[in-house]
Amino acid sequence: MSINREAEKFVEENFSADILEKSDFRDELTFIVKEDRIVDILKFMKEDEKFAYNFLTDLTATDWPERDKRHELAYMLFSFKDNTRIRFKIRVKEGHKIQTATVLWESANWMEREVFDLFGVIFEGHPDLTKILTADDLEGHPLQKDYSLTYEIPHFSHNKDLPPEVI
Amino acid sequence: MTLNMGPQHPATHGVLRVVLELDGEIVVKAYPVIGYLHTGIEKTAEAKHYHKVVPLTDRMDYLAPMSNNLGYCLAVEKLLDCEIPPKAQWARVCLAELTRINSHLVWLGTHALDIGAMSMALYAFREREHILGIYELVSGQRMMSSYFRIGGLMKDLPKNFNEEVQKVIDLIPSRIREYEDLLTENRIFRNRTIGVGKLTKEDAMTYSLTGPMIRGCGIPYDLRKAIPYSSYDKFDFEIPTREEGDVFARYQVRVEEMYQSLRITQQAIDGMPEGDFRANVPGVVLPPKDKVLTEMEALIFHFKIITEGFHPPEGEVYVGIESPKGEIGYYIVSDGSPNPYRMRVRPPSFINLAALPKMCEGGYVADVIANIGSVDIVLGEVDR
Repeated sequence: MSINREAEKFVEENFSADILEKSDFRDELTFIVKEDRIVDILKFMKEDEKFAYNFLTDLTATDWPERDKRHELAYMLFSFKDNTRIRFKIRVKEGHKIQTATVLWESANWMEREVFDLFGVIFEGHPDLTKILTADDLEGHPLQKDYSLTYEIPHFSHNKDLPPEVI
Repeated sequence: MTLNMGPQHPATHGVLRVVLELDGEIVVKAYPVIGYLHTGIEKTAEAKHYHKVVPLTDRMDYLAPMSNNLGYCLAVEKLLDCEIPPKAQWARVCLAELTRINSHLVWLGTHALDIGAMSMALYAFREREHILGIYELVSGQRMMSSYFRIGGLMKDLPKNFNEEVQKVIDLIPSRIREYEDLLTENRIFRNRTIGVGKLTKEDAMTYSLTGPMIRGCGIPYDLRKAIPYSSYDKFDFEIPTREEGDVFARYQVRVEEMYQSLRITQQAIDGMPEGDFRANVPGVVLPPKDKVLTEMEALIFHFKIITEGFHPPEGEVYVGIESPKGEIGYYIVSDGSPNPYRMRVRPPSFINLAALPKMCEGGYVADVIANIGSVDIVLGEVDR
């Protein structure tokens, strides 16, 4: 996979004020941008005719509990023009609301619901921000690092009240 | 009226529930409810060493285990920046394509069963047995093979591998033609699928569809051509596409893909290079078993890799491959520890399923069954 250097220059010129960091580890171009500008940047990249990054491959998050802005969201775009990918990331404080990307892509609907369910990131303007994968009675957000992984002990009549063990 | 479809319906292979709002027999609103099979694989992977995540990936899309293994191994190899020997690459391509046929056969059988062609399911499962036989030959497992490992393969290909694969390649095309005779011109099948669940190119783009779903809408998006991985650029094959975007178009694309997969498999076994079956990266790839039993060095390395794992550089990679269902992508974030800090799987079935309401709304109840079948979902992957 290669990097589209023109697209890289293009982003740097147009959004110089919004870019916080840039990296191209293993030929993958990543921009960390200001969290409030993400939807505008995505819209611009989608509608730009020269590069046409109009396919949202994936939207996901990573949790860094020791940081002030603990949630790191990654938006991966793909362009059919030259088959290259580009990744935009934002860092979000817990409880800080992020604009939804559903205005640009329908597929962001379920992806954002998943991020909300497993990380607790709230998307403003999302049409149906409800749990999607976990059980309705489960509290907390399982993919946060401080949500401990537990092991359920096989229950018999003599130990049926034992709580699950934390790994 | 509101109708709950599933989870026990035969059309929902597993645990999908679709809440339908009906007006007569017209679907006004469809709302898929998923999560009944949520296994927390992404969370579990964070507590395991890189090598030990491979068996977990098998359990997601259990009809195409080798594709999942391949995606994960490629992602970790990209993170480590290690070269894979050609023999391992060819073997991976060969088995990944057999996996595609395997997955498509189950899909064809169950999809036809949903629409009412009972015997198709039996025939398709009969042919799938031969491919499972190949799995068993190489790895000893019929389903959860975990045959691809980080750095290459679990063990060398058996001596009679090429002959056995050749037998499968010789057998399957005539059988697929038989299915086409049964279905393609079948009036009931055509009436149930043509014009049903239509999606336009714009829909395909906005719903991020991949795999046969997007190719059935006329967009020739196939990662084997777009971003070739594992030496796919050295193989000669075509990407089947159809313009109509309905259930029948997706059926045609998948059947044509099976022929193309057989072509690739034939090329893979004809041109199978000689050499090592895994990369020589000490500290990452396990040493050969016979050396472990006879040499102290190898034993120490083996012990260290199993107990401590290896430490990849800090960073993040995303690798997408073309699985039978669409683009399965692995996004791995490493913080330098021997466990993946975050492993995200981009599940093709999950994202394709999100387009189900779009396909069903305005159609008949009976078409919901055909639509669910044509998405080709495996709930193990949808829920992870």
